[in-house]
Amino acid sequence: MSENTTWPGMQFGIFTVSDITQDPVSGHTPSEAERIRNTITIAKHAEEVGLDVFALGEHHNPPFWSSSPTTTLAAIAAQTERLLVSTATTLITTNDPVKIAEDFAMLQHVSNGRTDIMLGRGNTGPVYPWFGKDIRQGLPIALENYALLHKLWREDVVDWEGKFRTPLQGFTATPRPLDGVPPFVWHGSIRTPEVAEQAAYYGDGFFANNIFWPAEHYQRLIALYRQRYAHYGHGTPEQAIVGLGGQVFMRANSQDAVNEFRPYFDNAPVYGHGPSMEDFTQMTPLTVGSSQQVIDRYAGMRDLFGDYQRQLFLMDHAGLPLKIVLEQLDILGGEVVPVLRKELAKNRPADVPDAPTHENLVRKTYGDAEPRQATPRANRGDNLTSGSPYQDTPQPVGSAFGAAATRSA
Amino acid sequence: MSTRRIAVISAGLSNPSSTRMLADRLLAATARELAERDIEITADVFELRDYAHDITNNLLTGFAPSALETMINTVVSADALIVVTPIFSTSYSGLFKSFIDVLDPDALRGKPVLIGANAGTARHSLAIDYAIRPLFAYLHADAVSTGVFAASADWGGSGDQVATLSSRVDKGARELAEAIARRSPVVDADPFDPANYLGEGRSFGHLLGGLAGE
Repeated sequence: MSENTTWPGMQFGIFTVSDITQDPVSGHTPSEAERIRNTITIAKHAEEVGLDVFALGEHHNPPFWSSSPTTTLAAIAAQTERLLVSTATTLITTNDPVKIAEDFAMLQHVSNGRTDIMLGRGNTGPVYPWFGKDIRQGLPIALENYALLHKLWREDVVDWEGKFRTPLQGFTATPRPLDGVPPFVWHGSIRTPEVAEQAAYYGDGFFANNIFWPAEHYQRLIALYRQRYAHYGHGTPEQAIVGLGGQVFMRANSQDAVNEFRPYFDNAPVYGHGPSMEDFTQMTPLTVGSSQQVIDRYAGMRDLFGDYQRQLFLMDHAGLPLKIVLEQLDILGGEVVPVLRKELAKNRPADVPDAPTHENLVRKTYGDAEPRQATPRANRGDNLTSGSPYQDTPQPVGSAFGAAATRSA
Repeated sequence: MSTRRIAVISAGLSNPSSTRMLADRLLAATARELAERDIEITADVFELRDYAHDITNNLLTGFAPSALETMINTVVSADALIVVTPIFSTSYSGLFKSFIDVLDPDALRGKPVLIGANAGTARHSLAIDYAIRPLFAYLHADAVSTGVFAASADWGGSGDQVATLSSRVDKGARELAEAIARRSPVVDADPFDPANYLGEGRSFGHLLGGLAGE
């Protein structure tokens, strides 16, 4: 495991959509309780086999269970040591950005910094009206909500007014981000250039789901994101922070992998009963075969997208039983990822940034200085009238009554 | 002499197909009409039958396999369309509608379209106006006012002897040619060019509106 984690350039992990799907081979459909329990087992096993990241989707309708990702991720963080917990994706459209700011700052604290977040707009139409939003406004809502989220994590006291949420006057999102450093943000998109633009504008990461569409789509989006990242002055195009999805099924003998995975593929949500598995593996990064085939395919990703920072695999959907998923993780962590780390580290230019972690964001923000530890003053309501309710911010003269008013600023 | 490109969609299922025959006639007549206006055309003719599996897969997976994607890009970037479908159960064929359904809803906005349809008898001829024309109106395409319907009898001596098929083909073609001639050639807009999704000279702040003070 230690050998696995010595290269900070890239993170490898798994992501799940949290579907509860009948196993087409056994006919068994897990209960919500069983599937939730299994998912936590899968996340813990991801750490055991040397993976770095576990990312969880968000849904608000059956047959999915993950309506409250930070609750689940906190439980996983509590049962792991090293695993970074993230999302895939958190709905920036229908969640209140204030609640996202609070929930993920909390998750940062309880996970000791092993938290980041991936934002997306979601693909289930009725979620918008269920949460009182208009899907036709999806993109403007996403842009405005993120602008507010970004501000809430960076400014102690926020005055804000927008179109899609009630205004804020003198609002402080608590707790402040761990060490004063907001969680790293990935923006996920499968087709929208404005989202790539948004990621570039803020200097955030861009994640291409890479599962459902041919590589050329994501190549255009990532090329755009890299070009705009440089345009907004965050570095060279090659220094932009890119993550990719992927999907694999492996056995020692590649024909065994094909035979075993086929019923799951043929009946899978989304692409089941559509293209043949052979066509789909050719059109998308889905790779079904030996671990060597997976290594060859994914070592080639940087030829398509440039050097990148995060690779996530979808391993547990379409009704695959727990036992098979754990075996797949054993192969992924034991045979595939150690080789991919070596391959993708080769000839990587020194100025390509490492994968984002809380530690390297703290270092980037503070250098060798001590990071901020936000400590509130006694609350006299002065978060409404002065710069900050925290002790490390000087109070403006005349902002308080009594002893504080006579203190030199 | 300037040049334009016409994409022809034929949704006939058999081979040879009378749907394709009508499409070819409409194209030839349009080319003649445009030649008189000093406009030369190139044409890309597609039989939807060749893309039937890809269209179904696109409906199921949400993305177009590469052959279909290339075809869609060719269609939506053409200067004009000639679309011809057989009438099945009082309307366009399911394959024709499925193809329309996998296009971006804005992809045909403002594009000149000549509609053709064929069926066994002339009793189906109004299907163009009650079924097919509203589809293109919804897409904000500019369908010319004449739609050309061919019944089986129109291909022989027992068809309409007053308004003959060839005279109706010529009328529709003339209207399409006029619509093409009125317009400048289509310039293919790259959706991944910031000038297109932000607007020329604009920045991300404009997407945020007042929030970023731009």
